[in-house]
Amino acid sequence: MNEEQKKMAVRIAVTAVITIAASVVPDSVYGGSRLLHLIPYLIAYIIIAHDVFYEALHNIMRGQVFDEKFLMAFASLGAFGLGVMKDAEYTEAIAVVLFYQVGELFEDYAVDKSRRNISELMDIRPDYANIERGGKIVKVNPDDVAVGTTIIVQPGEKIPIDGVVLDGNSSLNTVALTGESLPRDVAAGSEVISGCINMTGVLKIKTTKEFGESTVTKILELVEDASSRKSESEHFISKFARYYTPIVCFSALALAVIPPLVRMGIMGLAPEWSNWFYRALIFLVISCPCALVLCVPLTFFAGIGGAGRQGILIKGSNFMETLANARYVIMDKTGTLTKGVFEVTGVHHSKISNEKLLEYAALAESASSHPISKSLQKAHGRELDRSRVTDVQEKSGRGVIAKVDGHTVAAGNDKLMSELGIACIPCHQVGTLVHMAIDGEYAGHILISDVVKDTSREAVKEMQDNGIDCVMLTGDGRKTAEDTAKRLGITKVFSELLPEDKVAKVEEVIKFRRGKEKVLFVGDGINDAPVLSVADVGVAMGAMGSDAAIEAADVVLMDDDPLKIDKAIRISKKCMTIVKENIVFAIGIKVICLVLGALGLANIWLAIFADTGVLILAVLNAMRALFVANV
Amino acid sequence: MKTKRYKIDVDCAVCADKMEQAAKHTPGVDEAVVNFMLLNMKVKFSDGADTQEVMNKVLENCHKVDEDCKIYF
Repeated sequence: MNEEQKKMAVRIAVTAVITIAASVVPDSVYGGSRLLHLIPYLIAYIIIAHDVFYEALHNIMRGQVFDEKFLMAFASLGAFGLGVMKDAEYTEAIAVVLFYQVGELFEDYAVDKSRRNISELMDIRPDYANIERGGKIVKVNPDDVAVGTTIIVQPGEKIPIDGVVLDGNSSLNTVALTGESLPRDVAAGSEVISGCINMTGVLKIKTTKEFGESTVTKILELVEDASSRKSESEHFISKFARYYTPIVCFSALALAVIPPLVRMGIMGLAPEWSNWFYRALIFLVISCPCALVLCVPLTFFAGIGGAGRQGILIKGSNFMETLANARYVIMDKTGTLTKGVFEVTGVHHSKISNEKLLEYAALAESASSHPISKSLQKAHGRELDRSRVTDVQEKSGRGVIAKVDGHTVAAGNDKLMSELGIACIPCHQVGTLVHMAIDGEYAGHILISDVVKDTSREAVKEMQDNGIDCVMLTGDGRKTAEDTAKRLGITKVFSELLPEDKVAKVEEVIKFRRGKEKVLFVGDGINDAPVLSVADVGVAMGAMGSDAAIEAADVVLMDDDPLKIDKAIRISKKCMTIVKENIVFAIGIKVICLVLGALGLANIWLAIFADTGVLILAVLNAMRALFVANV
Repeated sequence: MKTKRYKIDVDCAVCADKMEQAAKHTPGVDEAVVNFMLLNMKVKFSDGADTQEVMNKVLENCHKVDEDCKIYF
């Protein structure tokens, strides 16, 4: 609790003690004097209510008549007046304000607490960067570090700026960024992104970006902006609150004046002014719109925070609302469903051991920096002794011929083989083939393809189980595309698309949807940026994706895991359910209590529950949106 | 067109909404969004507006609707 909250807690306690004490003291102590009786209550009343009155008066003078301060001041003053008229019963008047203050205090505390909880979740902002100056480590403002500076990150510290490791080995905790709890090992040469926590060893990092351009700053900006984009529900609620308070105030006024007049003038009965006035007061107590106005944004805020913790950055509550209605998910193939890097996926028809064939291929291609030779080297996995390779001839667009351990090794496509007059065996699987010939004899081929992500199939299945139509788009050839789609269980696939064709396809699907159904597009590449902005919700793969895609997207998946698409949808659905629960609950209880109040069936205590109780329950319910790990 | 973010202090969500309305209707402000959860206010200024001057007005207008609110600039 902060200072102000503590002060309020003391005021509440003192008021409660005085009121209880005053009400248990027997009347004989006052010697029958109503004035003496009044004094302790009046003191308690002033202690608890003075600021409400002050603010209510202040607001009236500024032309802001109908707000909750006014309601409370008026209601409690009314109750106090009734107390004076009846037999000196002031407890209710004090209770009204007392519980209003308890509610306010709780609201303040709960909001503060949840604000802090959620901010802590997303607290990845580094405060400083270490640089070496004259043999000593100096802490500097990360904003002042120029690109290319060497910074030092010690165990337990956050990496402040994106860069490349120059020296040192360590494990990084990336959970705040990606939601991935497995630590990532890094060594010299590894690229590292800011916001990760260095866990084990000291790292020297050469920065590749300015602080303002670094991952951590960008993410923080996204999150800051996220809760500013308001959803339909939030707009609805703030509009509702704007009309609601004056309506209730006028209704209360009507309730206090019209029925007694009708009873008197038309029905010829006793007016019962105090009875109707009491009902009007109950109206005013019930009416406070705080719970309503608070709980909707709070729920979204918690939902965005919870999703962020899972490595899903949702850029606004409006997108949460849209995600919850997702019906079509259109996915780009490369980088989204597949890893977007070439990997050796098979060695076929090899005359020698597969490993040996790979070794020869890797050695023959060791001088090349072509992605294919890189994937060969990676598949081989061990250090290559380049002295075993001589006479390398690169055949551009065809392959390589080299001498390895004295054998002539040819590695390349079918064009190279036909050039050498070697018959090669075609492959029935889809991908890029590296045919191998050793000493002029065909030795088999190595299949290299863009591999499907481990979780893609599961992700597609989960979405389909949840009634979502999955569509795959790709710029790749038809055969590759259809093969991948088949393996993933996707039936709708469009291939050989240029970026503008993708936009057209997404627009087609958008035209096709009905009612509230929404269309998601998931992509990663720079060429996806226009498509991302066309779809109802654009989802970008964040870790590998380009900055343009991340900026154009509405949702960013930090760890590139397609399973997170479905998770984002489920988190949004949970959040929207809570939002609706809170709206229905808060408005429902209030309306019921208002009706009961008008009928004379509600007392002040029920009214207080309708105000404070609803608030407490709504806040607790909103906090559920924070816990989405197992949604 | 400049956009700036200011830290604010406000007690309740209703008051935050009032602040937003007040800020929006201040001359020199194109768009204002108050974020009650993060306690900040994002203001988009009209072309050629003096941000300092406009913000003084914004604060004044906000005080009219909620006396307790604060804007740090």
